[in-house]
Amino acid sequence: MTDLTRLTLAEARDKLAAREISAVELNQCFVDAIARATSLNAFIVETPEKALAQARASDEKIAKGEARPLEGIPLGIKDLYATEGVQTTAASHILEGFIPPYESAVTANLWRDGATMLGKLNLDEFAMGSSNETSYFGPVVSPWRRKAADGRISDAKIVPGGSSGGSAAAVAARLCLGATATDTGGSIRQPAAFTGTVGIKPTYGRCSRWGVVAFASSLDQAGPIAKTVRDAAILLRSMAGHDPRDTTSVDVPVPDYEQAVDASIRGKVIGIPREYRLDGLSEEIVALWEQGIAWLREAGAEIRDISLPHTRHALPAYYIVAPAEASSNLARYDGVRYGLRRTGKDIADLYEKTRAEGFGKEVRRRIMIGTYVLSAGYYDAYYLRAQKIRTLIKRDFDLAYASGVDAILTPATPSPAFALGEKGSADPVEMYLNDVFTVTVNMAGLPGLVVPGGLSADGLPLGLQLIGRPFEEETLFSLGQALERAAPAILLPESWWH
Amino acid sequence: MSVDLATVRRIAHLARISVSEAEAPYLQSEINAILSFVEELSAVDVEGVEPMTSVLPMRMKKRADEITDGFIPEKVLANAPAREDGFFVVPKVIE
Repeated sequence: MTDLTRLTLAEARDKLAAREISAVELNQCFVDAIARATSLNAFIVETPEKALAQARASDEKIAKGEARPLEGIPLGIKDLYATEGVQTTAASHILEGFIPPYESAVTANLWRDGATMLGKLNLDEFAMGSSNETSYFGPVVSPWRRKAADGRISDAKIVPGGSSGGSAAAVAARLCLGATATDTGGSIRQPAAFTGTVGIKPTYGRCSRWGVVAFASSLDQAGPIAKTVRDAAILLRSMAGHDPRDTTSVDVPVPDYEQAVDASIRGKVIGIPREYRLDGLSEEIVALWEQGIAWLREAGAEIRDISLPHTRHALPAYYIVAPAEASSNLARYDGVRYGLRRTGKDIADLYEKTRAEGFGKEVRRRIMIGTYVLSAGYYDAYYLRAQKIRTLIKRDFDLAYASGVDAILTPATPSPAFALGEKGSADPVEMYLNDVFTVTVNMAGLPGLVVPGGLSADGLPLGLQLIGRPFEEETLFSLGQALERAAPAILLPESWWH
Repeated sequence: MSVDLATVRRIAHLARISVSEAEAPYLQSEINAILSFVEELSAVDVEGVEPMTSVLPMRMKKRADEITDGFIPEKVLANAPAREDGFFVVPKVIE
């Protein structure tokens, strides 16, 4: 029998519809694969019984000819999405044991369309991190390993990126057919780039944030990580949609994104922003970018140099806006209504002890930065100024699009994945620089798609990023497919983790 | 701009996070590293630029001022670390 975990989501869907395989059979393969992959630490909670029960219901639907768009498709859910009756922690000690009595809007959409849930995926604590090393439940290990020039494989543990590290690792290790993720500064796209998978952060407002644990509300957006551009398009169609419970959710129809996957890109104008050519950018990243430009040109796109002059200010401005919003959002964890509680001599002492013990180092640091930049006397100098700079960053993109550019091509990350413990232990800013190419997109609320483009000198995946106009995810899927078709096949690693 | 130890303690209290004496100097240097990273923003000309309030040109949706939810005390209290007679329990606030 063929190994069903090797199918793409689209292939599995088609085999289920043709009744070549059953949903129970498919889900059982993934349940077994997850049980053998505990060393990757991709899941915080596994829910095999739930997946198999949902799969049985899916088989009945299929038998009756009532299959829904994702009928019987096994998914992993980032543990930032509230799932009714299943522990939801945001990878934080402060939420350990929290069982939501409600379901997030996006996961509810997935179950409505027939998907099944394999479990809750590990992440950086409260989605704050770029390596999945800040999780209270331990780091996620990437299925990828470095390969020396002589072909020897290093056993150094590699990070899957973050914050959606569990989502990216689980898809790359074939532990699910697709995963939900979230992206505040690059948390879908950077881990996708690090693991040779496809990830899309849709336009701000495309997916409801209702029931997703909040980090920075003006930047947070839900999206999928999958094996292929087509799979990501299929998932986004189910995840997206208007939700009156999220005031920033936009009421525009959700297109059938899969239709866009095979569309021609002839005549599309692709902007190449000169400001992304950073000083000291590694040669292999420059070469990958040049290769991506060549692939799109060969597929019929027109390449145009553009300028996004405020690019370099995006990352510092992000590290004011995001912590400021986080400090406000995370004020709710007080040890009274849910989660961890440490007793104190009075209520203030209870708060301070609970939050000191419940939040990890990176989260405490960001809450404190956010508190400082919002405090009396500093608000104008920091927060207000950062929001003005955000207007300038958005204006750069608006001008490029107004001049006829359809999408922008950039590298996804300034480097391939690194080893556990290799970055950011002395200086937090070193880790923050991972998001230099992705964070502008959140600051401007735009859609961004990452597809694998090649391998680094040490055999790790590298990604290309396409940035689109608001609500033109379809263009990104068409362009992404063109890159996917042109790029050498990035074969996901074979298991060493059993 | 940079922060001194007294400011670190003040921020910690504002954020309701207790910080030990041993931890404070490390936090101070980490916070200062981040503040020096964002320092370049003070040189950007933002004269006449409106601060961003929404990335998309959209009007904030409003809903009718009516009760749409409620009567679920069990669900609200289900995850409480301490509860009694349908209430959350906290240390004595008023003497």
